[in-house]
Amino acid sequence: MNKTISLACGNGGEENNELISKVFYKAFKNEILEKSEDAAIIHDGALAFSTDSFTVSPLFFPGADIGKLAVCGTCNDLAMMGAQPKYLTCSVIIEEGFETRELEKIVRSMKQELEINGAIVVSGDTKVVPRGSVDKIFINTSGVGEVLKKGISSNNISEDDLILVNRDIGCHGATIFVAREGIEMSSTLESDCASLFPQVKALLDADIKITAMRDATRGGVSAVLNEWAKQSNICIEIEEEKIPVSDEVSGICEMLGFEAAALANEGTFVLAIKKEDAQRAVEILKTFENCSRATIIGKVTDAHLKKVILNSSWGTKRFLDTPSGELLPRIC
Amino acid sequence: MSVKTEANKMGLELKNLYDDFRDADTIKAFAKIIKEDALKLPHAINIMEVCGGHTHTIMKYGLPQLLPANIKFIHGPGCPVCIMPKERIDHAYVLSMQENVILVTLGDMIKVPGSHGSLQNARSKGADVRFVYSPLECLKIAKENPTKKIIFFAIGFETTTPMTAALLHAVIKQDIKNIFFHINHVTVPEVMKELIDSRDVHVDSYNNKIDAFLGPSHVSVISGSKIYEEFPRDYNRPVVVAGFEPVDVMQAISMVVKQFIEGRCELEVEYKRLVTYDGNIKAQELINKYFEKADLFKWRGLGNIPKSGLKLKPEFKAYDAEVIYKDVLPLQEIEDHKLCICGDILRGMANPPECTIFGTACKPTSPIGSCMVSSEGACAAYYKYGNLI
Amino acid sequence: MCLSIPSKVVKIDKEANMATVDTMGVQRDASLDLMQEEEIKIGDYVLLHIGFIMNKIDEEDALLSLETYREIIEAMNEEDRQMAILEDDECQNRGE
Repeated sequence: MNKTISLACGNGGEENNELISKVFYKAFKNEILEKSEDAAIIHDGALAFSTDSFTVSPLFFPGADIGKLAVCGTCNDLAMMGAQPKYLTCSVIIEEGFETRELEKIVRSMKQELEINGAIVVSGDTKVVPRGSVDKIFINTSGVGEVLKKGISSNNISEDDLILVNRDIGCHGATIFVAREGIEMSSTLESDCASLFPQVKALLDADIKITAMRDATRGGVSAVLNEWAKQSNICIEIEEEKIPVSDEVSGICEMLGFEAAALANEGTFVLAIKKEDAQRAVEILKTFENCSRATIIGKVTDAHLKKVILNSSWGTKRFLDTPSGELLPRIC
Repeated sequence: MSVKTEANKMGLELKNLYDDFRDADTIKAFAKIIKEDALKLPHAINIMEVCGGHTHTIMKYGLPQLLPANIKFIHGPGCPVCIMPKERIDHAYVLSMQENVILVTLGDMIKVPGSHGSLQNARSKGADVRFVYSPLECLKIAKENPTKKIIFFAIGFETTTPMTAALLHAVIKQDIKNIFFHINHVTVPEVMKELIDSRDVHVDSYNNKIDAFLGPSHVSVISGSKIYEEFPRDYNRPVVVAGFEPVDVMQAISMVVKQFIEGRCELEVEYKRLVTYDGNIKAQELINKYFEKADLFKWRGLGNIPKSGLKLKPEFKAYDAEVIYKDVLPLQEIEDHKLCICGDILRGMANPPECTIFGTACKPTSPIGSCMVSSEGACAAYYKYGNLI
Repeated sequence: MCLSIPSKVVKIDKEANMATVDTMGVQRDASLDLMQEEEIKIGDYVLLHIGFIMNKIDEEDALLSLETYREIIEAMNEEDRQMAILEDDECQNRGE
């Protein structure tokens, strides 16, 4: 580990994982933490518990704002463990001089999103710090959810599963990049920020055999697939042409040299579903707004354990690695 | 956007310019042609792709997996970040630490480690280092920071040199007083000759030899294909100027193979839609207006190559950071790390996996040699894409 | 670094010598400083690199290349078809 923390340590990729395991896991050693799931399963499997902080810049962008993001972020982590979001906390650190009107707008967004999830904020904290100590506003939300289906875990994926995504990828990362000051571009791109619990509920209600789910936030789909490959000790093989990417996200990736699979998402999740239920799961996901491109993207094998392979449509293959380096700072 | 040009009427959409040059069936078709033609090759051939962008395409699309055993790629030094010697990275570091300086450069340059660390490290120590997508962004930075000195650390081959020239042109025209330049532009033909020459000397001790070149795509757009004439003529090496997309590379390889089986040795252009013999004359004029060849430029791993680097003409020394900051810029030569074989890799004499520290001590997150830093570097490309070959 | 990409010109600002280009729905401005006057027109396909238009794409040559690829694929499909017919002819299980 380096002597100082670099920006790359917050990228959701390799450096981030190194920081987490060498500093935090080392100190806070326990079984639950080491499972590295989206949310911790506690209380004998009955509850899920998660936390997330939000530092996105700019605060308002096409498709969402920091408030919506703060609620979606934590509620989605709970939903990914098969839990219904119930109680959230909300802590804010506000920079002196921040406009009250903007704060109210953000809080209104949060309220709207809570209703979609059926959750409430039961506790909170507010701090105001001198100008320059934070960039406008940072929000932390923590959430408790009721587990509706036990056993959903990224440690249990096997060759009985197929890998799915619920929609086209990379929209959030691409949108934030375009919305950033100094990058003069204009496009019709929108963040995919959305609450995923309704989709998860629909899958659970239809008795879909879900092995694992994870929302592809920082580090994108690449990060999730690599985490799964390591945690479940499997090889994940993806058909490159099956990965859905919109024309606009492709355009940004071309211009700036990004790979869509490394871009962050806030309403896109990856699923590992038992083979026999995979197609049915796709049909259910497709009924949701913006999810018309839900699809199966790959399978599980033992070709190269703990690695993710991309198979091209012209017969070549390569590894899809966990993203590294400072890609897009302050993306969520 | 329904303005139609002649070609639009012929049915050419922007999407075609991407998708069709990445078409799976076309790639497979060329792979088949190459395999069949390769049976008639008089001997095994090694093709060097000079340009880092080509290395990237080759690795990203897994093209070596499509070639028969008697055709191999040698990855050349086409990555302007990779060939930057530690001495000049240290220049950038030192400049960034000067008072009131904002150091501006392109992309990957901020990650390359010099002897004190990288520009990224300098930034975490408080230096104002910024990366931009276009040199023109310096104009905005300069206007917003009138009391600061903006130093543009210019890197790149012939592709990016005209843009630096255009920036200087704008600076002079708009009478901007706080933008300066540290020039590290290099040119391609000299290094190609150096590789052939040094190779001929060592050819007994190494197995590799360059039989043909894949000419860089966008260097050639600027300079024209004329700069490669001497290679088939004086050095007996065919050159095919190829585009960046996988279909372009496969077609260019097919053209190289056909030259060998037909006993030809020529300069050909595969990338006809963008490369002409003369190139972009206006860009060349801008370059010639502001730059001249430096006697020597040190390439990391390759040593000094004469007339391969550019510097500002003496009449523009008021904008030259190397002149203005002469007293603080370090001069001593720096050795590369003992175990780093970037030099051999850049000459195409070794492959990244042959390096003892590849993937262990030297990784994209902790690069020891610059081949690992830029995504166009051979080591970075191999690390990311190459283990399946 | 070598991120040069094809884009379509949608607007030209003669005074600032800039063009607005579109790449799959994303628009950005690029300098025309490397182009001769009047060389670039709206609707042209150009190569964009670090904020500058580097060159105009020769659409005829592009189409010629694509035509060549089509012919190659067709010829290959024809070959495959002939092979399949031959194999079929020689198939011992084929009924008379």
